[in-house]
Amino acid sequence: MPTNNDPVGNNPVGNNPVGNNPVGKKLCLSVKGLTKEFGFGRQKNVAVNKVDMDLYEGEVVSIVGESGSGKTTLSKMLLGLINSTEGDIYFQGKKRDISSYSKKQEYWKNIQAIFQDPFSSYNIFNKIDAVLLDCINMRGGRRLPQAKKVEMMTEACSFVNLKYEEMTNKYPFELSGGQMQRLMIARIFLLKPKILLADEPTSMIDACSRATILDMLMKLRDETGMTLIFITHDIGLAYYVSDQVFIMEHGKFVESGSPDDVILHPREPYTKRLINDVPKIYEEWDLTTV
Amino acid sequence: MGKVILEVNELTTKYITRFGEDVYAVDHVSLKVEEGKSLGIAGESGCGKSTLALSLMGYYFPPLHYTSGEIIIDGHNITGMKPDDVRKSILGTEIAYIPQAAMNALNPTQKVINIIEDVVQAHDPSKKKKDIYDLARAGFEKLGLPADVLQRYPVELSGGMKQRTVIAISVILGPKVLIADEPSSALDVTSQKMVIKMLRNLMDNGMIKAMIFITHELPLLYNVTTDIMVMYAGQIVEKGAAKETVFDPLHPYAKGLMGSIIVPEAGLRGVKLTAIPGVPPNLKKPPSGCRFAERCKYVHPECKASSVGVTTVGDNRTYRCILSEKELREVYKNAN
Ligand SMILES: Nc1ncnc2c1ncn2[C@@H]1O[C@H](COP(=O)(O)OP(=O)(O)OP(=O)(O)O)[C@@H](O)[C@H]1O
Ligand SMILES: Nc1ncnc2c1ncn2[C@@H]1O[C@H](COP(=O)(O)OP(=O)(O)OP(=O)(O)O)[C@@H](O)[C@H]1O
Ligand SMILES: [Mg+2]
Ligand SMILES: [Mg+2]
Repeated sequence: MPTNNDPVGNNPVGNNPVGNNPVGKKLCLSVKGLTKEFGFGRQKNVAVNKVDMDLYEGEVVSIVGESGSGKTTLSKMLLGLINSTEGDIYFQGKKRDISSYSKKQEYWKNIQAIFQDPFSSYNIFNKIDAVLLDCINMRGGRRLPQAKKVEMMTEACSFVNLKYEEMTNKYPFELSGGQMQRLMIARIFLLKPKILLADEPTSMIDACSRATILDMLMKLRDETGMTLIFITHDIGLAYYVSDQVFIMEHGKFVESGSPDDVILHPREPYTKRLINDVPKIYEEWDLTTV
Repeated sequence: MGKVILEVNELTTKYITRFGEDVYAVDHVSLKVEEGKSLGIAGESGCGKSTLALSLMGYYFPPLHYTSGEIIIDGHNITGMKPDDVRKSILGTEIAYIPQAAMNALNPTQKVINIIEDVVQAHDPSKKKKDIYDLARAGFEKLGLPADVLQRYPVELSGGMKQRTVIAISVILGPKVLIADEPSSALDVTSQKMVIKMLRNLMDNGMIKAMIFITHELPLLYNVTTDIMVMYAGQIVEKGAAKETVFDPLHPYAKGLMGSIIVPEAGLRGVKLTAIPGVPPNLKKPPSGCRFAERCKYVHPECKASSVGVTTVGDNRTYRCILSEKELREVYKNAN
């Protein structure tokens, strides 16, 4: 498995396997030998097993794997929500330090996540204005004049095709699933993180809304240069949006590279099976293999 | 033309909310499903797919109410039947219904076989446990499920196995029609494929005569059903053979939807996805004209003036747009 062995990563060229990788750009997040074990002894379960990853600024990557392969566990470690058993994470060339609460807060300004179930990610007692206001405050905008804050919130809402006037004074649960998903992107618009991690962001929504959401996320990436990590079962999505794809099986990356290599010309049997199992429309979908 | 198993004519149903507001979730829907055919229902979240499924079984309970239209199952007009009678004489035996997220609703404290006993005895209390076991075992075997699943608790089964178990249970009473609402959406690709294979088996070996399959995953529908209809804001906007609907859609909304399909197949990375701007109308006060007009790239002033009827093309294809087939093709050609 080729990876870049230079954790400080000023020069991604060379042994980097990725085709349309933004050559010469800066390494954003680098992961070395990251491992997570749950349980002990005979109960021991290695959910993530010595994973290496180099992500560049502005890059879109997907982590694909079947249920239980360790995707969510990996993303929780990247987010700093759980500790790793082994291995290191480097952010912008420096070893990540989240040993204190304030350091964690600092890190979370740089990395944000959106989850599969948009309803689970809001505090049900907070109105939508408060949700958005929080984002402004988190970016150090607490002292800004009220009018400026409203202007920013209005801009964020219109970025995702929501009307700010219709959002004020509502609770998140008064929104439809699609509106909720877009509100999450409005938050990201205000937070402007360096990295956005999206765990199955589109699996609950229909193809048409998925296209809208992808459009918005890509526009946001273009504007802010953030790195986007998709965690997904959706190989079509991974193929369509990514610069790099990582295929995860039992906690390990078994194959990675550009989507054209990995998804159109897979080498590993596991990757072949996953791709084979996705419904096709231009080719015959072979049902005899399950 | 094969025998019609399910026929729905101009069915209109609504929810009445706690605040007394009407939500027009199914509006003048007509469809026919013939023996050996399967109908896919696609459309974005909230367009009324699940409501249509409940409505066409004639199974109404508040807040869902019947307004008008007709439902005929295998020659029997069941319009106006009381919910209790529907439960007794339709559900499970005429039509089996697998609701969205059903697999997570299995009683966790019952073994699979006990769940099946309840299902069968609710229909025929005199049926002996031994006979039910034999019936269940035979059904499971026919569908390629290991018989020892019968002795397991739902929590002991993987997601995919749970869903296939739900499907096997739902057809235990030999229904003519199976309605499956998003049966594989929460599963990974391999489990999803097993579910799909099972649904196809049910049709192929005649365990059911017709099927309605609801999902927003168009590539799935394309691989499972013979026909596809696209719903938008409570109405059918396009209906026809699966291949036509996917590769040659007529209605502008269907066109947009098909343009948003992504599959991991060569060449797709170069294609621009079409995101349809805007959001569907509020079903509490749907527009009186075309419901899609607000978001339609090709809108004409007349579109918003009065309601748009259904146009039939060939013998099996309908769409709901004021433009003729020829005009639509012209419009699409010029758009590229
Ligand atoms: N808190 C935990 N304690 C013990 N085991 C855990 C815990 N969280 C996850 N695991 C185990 O780690 C493995 C990986 O789980 P994870 O949730 O990361 O998979 P996933 O790839 O996200 O799956 P899915 O696609 O279903 O979301 C599984 O075997 C799971 O049972
Ligand atoms: N109990 C209810 N009371 C009032 N309105 C309802 C109720 N249930 C659903 N609705 C409304 O009816 C419309 C159709 O909902 P339905 O659940 O049938 O959509 P769907 O197409 O199945 O969506 P999804 O893809 O999200 O499952 C929606 O606008 C919804 O808000
Ligand atoms: Mg997960
Ligand atoms: Mg539904």
